[in-house]
Amino acid sequence: MIDARGLSCPMPVLMVQKEVKSKSPDKLEVCVDTQTAVQNITRFAKANGYSITVKENEDEEYLLTLSK
Amino acid sequence: MEKKKNSFLKDYGMVILTGLVIGAAAVLLTKLGNPKNMGFCIACFLRDISGAMGFHGAAVVQYYRPEIVGLVVGSMVMALVTKEWKAQGGSSPFTRFVLGALVMIGALVFLGCPLRMVIRIGGGDLNAVVGLLGFIVGIVIGTIPLRKGFTLNRAYKQSKLEGLAFPIALVVFFIVSVATVLLKSSTEGPGSMRAPILVSLIVALIVGALCQRSRLCMAGGIRDAVMFKDFKLITGFVAIIVAVLVGNLIVNGGVKFSFADQPIAHSDGLFNFLGMAMVGWGSVLLGGCPLRQLILAGEGNSDSAVTLLGFICGAAISHNFGLASSAAGIGAGPVAIVMVVGFIILAIVSVCNMKKGA
Repeated sequence: MIDARGLSCPMPVLMVQKEVKSKSPDKLEVCVDTQTAVQNITRFAKANGYSITVKENEDEEYLLTLSK
Repeated sequence: MEKKKNSFLKDYGMVILTGLVIGAAAVLLTKLGNPKNMGFCIACFLRDISGAMGFHGAAVVQYYRPEIVGLVVGSMVMALVTKEWKAQGGSSPFTRFVLGALVMIGALVFLGCPLRMVIRIGGGDLNAVVGLLGFIVGIVIGTIPLRKGFTLNRAYKQSKLEGLAFPIALVVFFIVSVATVLLKSSTEGPGSMRAPILVSLIVALIVGALCQRSRLCMAGGIRDAVMFKDFKLITGFVAIIVAVLVGNLIVNGGVKFSFADQPIAHSDGLFNFLGMAMVGWGSVLLGGCPLRQLILAGEGNSDSAVTLLGFICGAAISHNFGLASSAAGIGAGPVAIVMVVGFIILAIVSVCNMKKGA
């Protein structure tokens, strides 16, 4: 699970990119807290062959699940 | 095919629309009185506000620009409507202040923020193409620490007041600027060239709201293209140039491409390049260009609010110590020395904030 809450652009998507490049996992969970990060990671996931689901919790945080 | 088209519009439509509107707005505001090739310049306008507050004494660039107020408030309203407004802060505020000051010093050596650079290109100013090359080099340099684990650490949720304080202060001083003569106001020079207040405000409110939706960012466009081969933001960048070019052709009947005699610009290629390189490197470390910092401040990000204070302070330093350029050329102060020191500071900030093991 990658915790990218509170980080400026482009850290959240960069952390995802690093994980995908080094381990190419079948499933990856990421927690972020801005819509910008959600959209950036969604675009990255789609461009790299992952499907993605987004769940928002009561604390205005988003749990993203990337899967192949 | 249908589906592909829809997803293209979904991903790119808003950012292209924003770019086109900004370009058109820049041409319109120039036509209505704003300085040439400066319909919208975040650095210039914050510098004018810095002057209006009396932080620097350059009498020709003092005006409390309504565009800045509109951009921040437009972003704030849109973020509140879409429930994206969130008070956040605490990610290395002082480092951000210093980076903000350096970005402004670099921008005033070039004479414009990345947004004005693009507007200048659309206006035929080839010096801005030199600036763009510097900007790209600065961004590429900035992506090196990013790849090596650079971070200014995370921001945390803050009180609502912390997130609202900057927009409120901006509006309060705006009211003071309109209702009283307490603030300074240029009677000649760029600071005296103004579109009508109400038009500036309304146009900026619309642009601010659009920028909040599209996340348009000049530094982010090139950064994302370099790092992720993600071309979303850079399409906004291109859309601005296209809109300004077309707008200038319609309004002025033509565009003159040249290095010499461009409005509020100088032809010192080296310093145009270095100034924008500093802006690019600093903006990447900050996570966004000056325009983006305004939008984030509207969304409740107090780190961006501190960055904006850094810009305003940087503008005062630039003018108080003769670092800001003018149409006549670079400033009479120790510009070269300050630029060298600035790049050293950027290098130190870059290296010292790389997380080990990343």
